[in-house]
Amino acid sequence: MNDFPFLSILTLLPLVGAVVVALVPRQKAELAKTIAFGWSLVVLVLSIFMWIAFNVGGDRFQFRESYAWIPSWDARFTFAADGIALVMLMLIAILFPVVILASWHDVEKSNRSAPIYFSLLLAFEFTMIGVFAAADIFLFYVFFEVMLIPMYFIIGSFGGQRRQYAAVKFFLYSLVGGLFMLAAVIGLWVVGGNTFDFGKLAEAATSIDQNTARWLFLGFFVAFAIKAPFFPFHTWLPDAGGAAPAGAAALLVGVMDKVGTFGILRYCLSLFPEASRWFAPAALVLGVIGIIYAALLAVGQNDLKRLVSYTSIAHFGFIGIGIFAFTTQAGTGSVLYMVNHGLATGLLFIVVGMFVARRGSNLISDFGGAGKLVPVLAGVFFFAGLASLALPGTAPFISEFLVLIGTFTVHPAYAVVATTGIILAAAYVLWMVQRTTQGELNPALAEVPEMRKDITLREKFVVAPLILLIILLGFYPKPVTDVINPAVEATMQDVGVQDPGPTAVVANERVAR
Amino acid sequence: MEDLKLPGIDYGALLPMLILFGAACVGILLEVFTPRRLRHVIQLTLAFLAVTASFIAVIAQHDTRKITIGGAVAVDGPTLFLQGAILALGLVSLMLIGERSIERGGPFVSQAAITVGSQKDLKQAGDQSGATEVYPLTIFALGGMLLFVAANDLLTMFIALEVFSLPLYLLCALARRRRLLSQEAALKYFLLGSYASAFFLFGVALMYGFSGGVALAQVHAAVADPQRSQVLLYGGLALIAIGLLFKAALAPFHVWTPDVYQGAPTPVTALMAACTKVAAFGALLRVLYVAFDGVRWDFQPVLGTIAVLTMLVGAILAITQTDMKRLLAYSSVANAGYLLVGVLALNENGLSSTMFYLVAYGFSVLAAFGIVTLVRDADGEATHLARWAGLGRKSPLVAAAFTFILLAFAGIPLTSGFTAKFAVFGAAIEGGQTWLVVFGVITSMLLAFPYLRVVVLLWLSEPNESTPTVSIPGFLTSAALVIGVVATIALGVVPAPLIDLTRDAAQFVR
Repeated sequence: MNDFPFLSILTLLPLVGAVVVALVPRQKAELAKTIAFGWSLVVLVLSIFMWIAFNVGGDRFQFRESYAWIPSWDARFTFAADGIALVMLMLIAILFPVVILASWHDVEKSNRSAPIYFSLLLAFEFTMIGVFAAADIFLFYVFFEVMLIPMYFIIGSFGGQRRQYAAVKFFLYSLVGGLFMLAAVIGLWVVGGNTFDFGKLAEAATSIDQNTARWLFLGFFVAFAIKAPFFPFHTWLPDAGGAAPAGAAALLVGVMDKVGTFGILRYCLSLFPEASRWFAPAALVLGVIGIIYAALLAVGQNDLKRLVSYTSIAHFGFIGIGIFAFTTQAGTGSVLYMVNHGLATGLLFIVVGMFVARRGSNLISDFGGAGKLVPVLAGVFFFAGLASLALPGTAPFISEFLVLIGTFTVHPAYAVVATTGIILAAAYVLWMVQRTTQGELNPALAEVPEMRKDITLREKFVVAPLILLIILLGFYPKPVTDVINPAVEATMQDVGVQDPGPTAVVANERVAR
Repeated sequence: MEDLKLPGIDYGALLPMLILFGAACVGILLEVFTPRRLRHVIQLTLAFLAVTASFIAVIAQHDTRKITIGGAVAVDGPTLFLQGAILALGLVSLMLIGERSIERGGPFVSQAAITVGSQKDLKQAGDQSGATEVYPLTIFALGGMLLFVAANDLLTMFIALEVFSLPLYLLCALARRRRLLSQEAALKYFLLGSYASAFFLFGVALMYGFSGGVALAQVHAAVADPQRSQVLLYGGLALIAIGLLFKAALAPFHVWTPDVYQGAPTPVTALMAACTKVAAFGALLRVLYVAFDGVRWDFQPVLGTIAVLTMLVGAILAITQTDMKRLLAYSSVANAGYLLVGVLALNENGLSSTMFYLVAYGFSVLAAFGIVTLVRDADGEATHLARWAGLGRKSPLVAAAFTFILLAFAGIPLTSGFTAKFAVFGAAIEGGQTWLVVFGVITSMLLAFPYLRVVVLLWLSEPNESTPTVSIPGFLTSAALVIGVVATIALGVVPAPLIDLTRDAAQFVR
């Protein structure tokens, strides 16, 4: 089973699907949607088989495949997944069918073509899977840049207000980061012995001159920090998240932004260990500032989608400090956070999208007392909010807790400051929920006929899997942490750090030592 | 009295050039002897046959490595590769030049000298068929370019420079629409081009004084001799470089580019953007790598500064443009800067990556200008940017092709623009020119903005009444577009064959 070429098939499958869906005539919107949904389910099933086939105690990189591409540069189509990539691939496979189902009626309000929209979504899935499955830096870079194109058209053609501005800003920000990375990739190719293979480069990395390594690290880090986004590179996300259709926004923060943190873990830390340690204090400070600053901005937002975007920036601050704390607990917490954040914020964005679709407005002040009209939907919204603020019992709690204790063992000050972010999270989530669904019914809201329609069957199918997973992983994260842990330990070994002496906290039996 | 010994001539090695010059002469005779009605078809066929035959001759020579005709011409890897590139790109340019179905009579007038705005002029702009002299002129220009990249001494290089420049000056003046702009472009190009040629010639004279000969090998030997006058060396090198930098459109010798690109008939602009660039950089590579290799440490910083200036000027001014042809002109200036980054790597990879870039860029730019010829209203091509708003809704296929080409110019992966940039930047870092790569990356960011603005116009703006129609392309233009777009994809996705070809070719004979 382990010889089956999972990763290349998984990568190419959505691309084929995108072409097929794009060829569906514009009038047959339903057919296009059905094909897209079915296609993403096939990807999900295949991913589940891959998950089962993954040998938890085995090699760090599994399912390795390699095909010749540009021999004179030693660039190859090399795919391989470690535990971190595996959980991200699984997250992608789960979120895409959910989002496609959630976006079922998104296009109908505009005069744009539905098959093109769903084709772009599948094309986006292709680039997302590719970027996580690549184990060749050239291939990774190709996916890293190409992923901008479908998202650019999704935001620019199908988005809400100010979509052109948001799309261009999104594209230019990411492209700027990508070009810094391009310079670093070329530099790495030259100093790393004219190869792009991750394995070979990781071996050659130790011999890179210290100064060069720091510059190269910076090239990669800026690209990933913009993508993630970390403070102060974050200003594109609220615009993009605010303008994108809700489903696409869920993918934007749920999956695409993880490329940044994944890239830091996989490439920055493993290839430039000394530089990572050298830059870690700066990265930690950026992470902590991001947590507090974005949370404060979120409190002040009146636009639901922008608010959720800001919460996401705050969460990425947590992931950032978890990565740069360089302890296994914090690292595992960060990766788990990437998964949980995808589920929780994805759910939140999707539910916000359901509200926005009914009301026809993103503004919180246009709501008020919506719970009286749509009680079930308001309940789901409340749950998504609680998951997002990491209430114990929901999955994000475990990861946030792991990040904080892992950070506390080495950097107590940062951990303490970051903890105040939890309080702020409670503030922005609860206040958002209160202003939107609780209190006096906004009279203008009652006049909108769509607001009388509570959650539909389709929408139940959209939110149910996410809610189930959030609760399941909130009580029993072991299946995921078991996969993540060896990969994180290997990464920490690459960085060359030891976990500090006996820790008193036992998150689960594998972390205990 | 001693007998004069004639130098040996390898006609086989010269065959590609001989075919073109011969065909051009035949073409001029055909102008006289064939009826007007048939001239277009006959000339076009002759031109295609000549270029194809010449291309086949180049392929047949592919492993020739020799210097012939008394040391005047070097036929080696770079020569053959660049000649092949010029011919392949020239063939596609010919398709654009030969298109007659988009506009009555084609994009050229029959008589450029008629007073602009006069009754006669209006009549000929209306429906008279265009000049068929364009085909012999194009063939002469292509022949000159083939000689330019093969020239192994400075005088031959000068002659080749004139042979390919003069027809281009004429071609620029032949636009059917916007006659004044076209004439202005031709005059500007001619005057500035003459200056540049004069600089080049003066530089050759200084080099003769310096080294006692004009052959590149002689110059190379003289450069290694520290006893000689450094003033002559650097003066000569600087003046020769000015002549070549002008043709390659590098700042600060680029100022003619936007005006000429805008005024010339679009197919001729395409020819200049694709083929002239190959020829100019081919000659620059040969001069720097073969003759002046010994003073590389001296010219590298100076030309490096010029490369940075070119990239910055091209990128920044491209942002401010409102005319599609001028935008593409500034983009081609910036691309000349990237090419110079590859040249300045001064190693084997620098040579091969520059050659790769020339081919990749050539095909993309041909497709770009090919699309410009299609977007038109009653007054000819609608080149103002605002007019392109919403084109994606009206003609998605053409807009998609143009978007793809723009993404290639912006260097997005899976396009030839990315692999080409990657190749030259990689070579430059290997050659120790990291600072050039840093500027290359920064200007790429700047340059992405104007391209993206066009993409936004095409797709995200609503079409209005002034959005022009896209003409149904004739067979020739369609073929040119398909070749351009397919080459752009292919060199982005499977660049390995061409990269290997450039690597095998990357060795000058001296």
